[in-house]
Amino acid sequence: MPLLSLNSISKRFGATAAVADVSITVEEGEFFGLLGPSGCGKTTTLRIVAGLESPDAGAVEFAGQDITSLAPEQRGFGMVFQNYALFPHLNVFENVAFGLRARGARSNGPTVREGSLQLDIKTKVQRALELVQLPEFDKRRVDELSGGQQQRVAIARAIAIEPALLLFDEPLSNLDVALRQETRQELRALVNRLNLTAVYVTHDQEEAFALCDRIAVMSDGCVVQTGPPRELYEQPANVKVAKFLGRNNLIRAMRLTSSNDPLTRFKTLEGGHTLTALASHEQLMHLPVNKPILLAIRPEAIKISKGTAPEDNRIAARISQIEFSGATTTLTLDANGLKLEALVLRADGLQVGAECVATLPADQIKLLGEG
Amino acid sequence: METSDPKRRRSRRFALPAHSKLFLLLIVALVLLYGVIYPNARVLIGALQLEGHWSLANFLDVLAQRSVLESAITSVAVSVLTVLLCALVGVPLAFLFERYSFPGRRIFATLAALPLVLPPLVGTVAFIFLCGESGILARLVQHVFHLTRAPWSLRGWGALLLFHTYTMYPFFYVLTGAGLQRIDAGLAEAARSLGASRWRLLTRVTLPQLTPSLIAAALLTFMTSMASFSAPLLFGGNVRMLTLEIFNARQRGDAGVALTETVLLAMISLAALILFQRYEGTRRFVAAAMKGTTRRRLPLQSGKARLLAAGGGIVFSVVLALPIVTLMLVSFSRDGLWTTETLPPSYTVANFVRLGADADARSVFVNSILMAGIAAIAALIWSFCVTALTATGESKRWKRLTNLLVLIPWALPGTVVALSVAEAYGQNNPLTGSYILVGTFWILPVVYFLRFMPLVVRAVQASMEQLDRTLEEAAGVLGASWWRRFWRVRLPLIAPGALAGTLLAFVIGLGEYVASVLVFTPGNRPVSIAIASSLRDFNLGTAAAYGVVLIAMITIAMVAAGRLEQSSG
Repeated sequence: MPLLSLNSISKRFGATAAVADVSITVEEGEFFGLLGPSGCGKTTTLRIVAGLESPDAGAVEFAGQDITSLAPEQRGFGMVFQNYALFPHLNVFENVAFGLRARGARSNGPTVREGSLQLDIKTKVQRALELVQLPEFDKRRVDELSGGQQQRVAIARAIAIEPALLLFDEPLSNLDVALRQETRQELRALVNRLNLTAVYVTHDQEEAFALCDRIAVMSDGCVVQTGPPRELYEQPANVKVAKFLGRNNLIRAMRLTSSNDPLTRFKTLEGGHTLTALASHEQLMHLPVNKPILLAIRPEAIKISKGTAPEDNRIAARISQIEFSGATTTLTLDANGLKLEALVLRADGLQVGAECVATLPADQIKLLGEG
Repeated sequence: METSDPKRRRSRRFALPAHSKLFLLLIVALVLLYGVIYPNARVLIGALQLEGHWSLANFLDVLAQRSVLESAITSVAVSVLTVLLCALVGVPLAFLFERYSFPGRRIFATLAALPLVLPPLVGTVAFIFLCGESGILARLVQHVFHLTRAPWSLRGWGALLLFHTYTMYPFFYVLTGAGLQRIDAGLAEAARSLGASRWRLLTRVTLPQLTPSLIAAALLTFMTSMASFSAPLLFGGNVRMLTLEIFNARQRGDAGVALTETVLLAMISLAALILFQRYEGTRRFVAAAMKGTTRRRLPLQSGKARLLAAGGGIVFSVVLALPIVTLMLVSFSRDGLWTTETLPPSYTVANFVRLGADADARSVFVNSILMAGIAAIAALIWSFCVTALTATGESKRWKRLTNLLVLIPWALPGTVVALSVAEAYGQNNPLTGSYILVGTFWILPVVYFLRFMPLVVRAVQASMEQLDRTLEEAAGVLGASWWRRFWRVRLPLIAPGALAGTLLAFVIGLGEYVASVLVFTPGNRPVSIAIASSLRDFNLGTAAAYGVVLIAMITIAMVAAGRLEQSSG
């Protein structure tokens, strides 16, 4: 049984459907990502899980209980906000202790075991601050801290209450690149160590891939594909996912053969090249015969060589642009009207205007359905 | 669309617990009903009834009197001219202090806002001592040039407009200054890089962005001027403003005329408010900038410019301080001894000693502090009730209606508020539980409360708007209940702003005169009434001493308010 499940959740704000019929399950101990462009509904989905929004339709279940109408303060989740939401009038210690005190007030009443509660809070806050490597910072004002330190305090505050579920709303987006990568690794290690279940919202594909066990890609309020990072990258379910996750060459083509041979031939609409692609029986079943469909191939899968040999999947092309970006170089190719991007490690001997051969391996070409 | 951004929306989840909400709703509804709706309705009904019958006759009769229409036109004309003059003084001053740095800038910049805290009556009295026909300046000119008569008289349009400009230009000065601070300096840099001349930059970039500030300042100035009472009373001469006419009609016992004129004044004020707000709505710009560039003040480089600015600043601050210095000087003069001399001939501390020793004088201060204090604290509590209701994301229409009703007493001149309360609670009426407020101590605290609560509500609402909503959400997720969120997160964060607003209301209440003069009783005589009666008895020293003590109290409160605001920001 999954720890958290969202069943057909919908939420509208006025005329816009922020979340439309979203269903997600998160297993215990899983680091689950919600990935998508801004405005896709991922933050709203997370806020529904936290109880900060109530869905118009659908149910949220946690550990087998329906918690859809439970107030946020009764859910026992931890949440790290995009702007950290640290209380500016409280110091670091009091910020981290806030949830513990609030919970203490809820469960015991403030008068019962006052002394032991205080002691309890002190050790728990210290432990949380040690976990985020800020053990000496308890007396500091939050506005004296750097962005990275504030972010750690926010995480400490969320984990101090030993949450049943940890929610992250783009927590790293306000940090600079170097700090973001460092914090990312620490965050993953921390969640692993405490054996927590987490739901992590981000628009950064690289971040989601690095952190999450499983990711739901969202677009226009819907979940378009759910799966482990590698699967999403290599087997995008449709054009939206293919476009959003990394760079992809999208090629419009017509199917040439109607047989159910796994090696199927296509003719590209631009350039008129013949391409062979590896397709499963099931994919071919759903493929329309007389309509253009979309093929996708990653820039790094295209191989560049010299010479001529026009045969299937080997296309003569002219280099129209060379863009050097450190470890790799991106070539923009024009193959008789078909525009392609190819990624090479070194562009030795290649120059703008030169002719070359681009090889598109059949096993690297993905079929995305109707174009 | 504002509601579509989940980060900005206050979630319905975070509404008040139902029973608390019902309780608050009841309080807010009752106060608005009995404090705002009913008294104003009574005035309207009073003006539209003739011997118990509905009739426009009375209303139209009064309107047809030449003097009434004339005084309405006079009020509007004085106010429009006041707005223009105040803009002429306040806006350039704000540019000077905000854009350039020169020796003494900070002190002069603070001094320039000084008249804001001067109670109108005290300011008027100080002005008379300084510029009146038997004031220090007139006497000085008379003695130097051996004139037989005073060289001028402080009466009429000129005197009124001079005084209005002196007391009200800070609205333009303060709001323009704040507006200039908000403008992203990057915009000016962008405009200059696009080849805009300084003039083009000013007219096409800076001024359009300042428009909301300028409109707000114009509105404040206009409304304050419409409500102005002390100045027209003491040296308006033949300039008959509506506020004064209402007071006179009431003194004559002509209730019909007083009510009709009140309705007229209220209608003009509300119309102005609506007009200004309409215009403001079309002129609001939301900064698209992500990261602002901080502006640096240009240092005045050349020695001449520095000298000119510093010299101008000194002259200016002397001019500003003169009325207050005069008031202090006169407060040490012996009552009845200052006749034809330029300066009072002999000095004594007797006035202050008497204020301390005389039980009557002491009670006047106690009354003012008590009544302004009660009103301010009530306004603070009331503001929390209102904001707790309006901030919970309930139906927009009710929210707007509540805000509108709260604003009405602010838009109405003090004369109108006092008169409407007197009209509503002056006689037996089953609707009010037959409680007669007029003639009791409580009439003034109630009137003060109604007059100043919009100010406090505004301050609390502004603090709430600045409050980062995710803070309360974070508290909620961490397990805090509504009350805990309120006490531990919201209250501490809005407290500085709320207290500053409350102190301001208290300070204005301390020197209140306009409404007090209409409904005070022997049992609750405030300071302002004591000043006015001392003045009438030609006890100039005593009147000035009252004024000086009042200013001292106000200064202390304002310094405290400033401290609070600093600690919040």
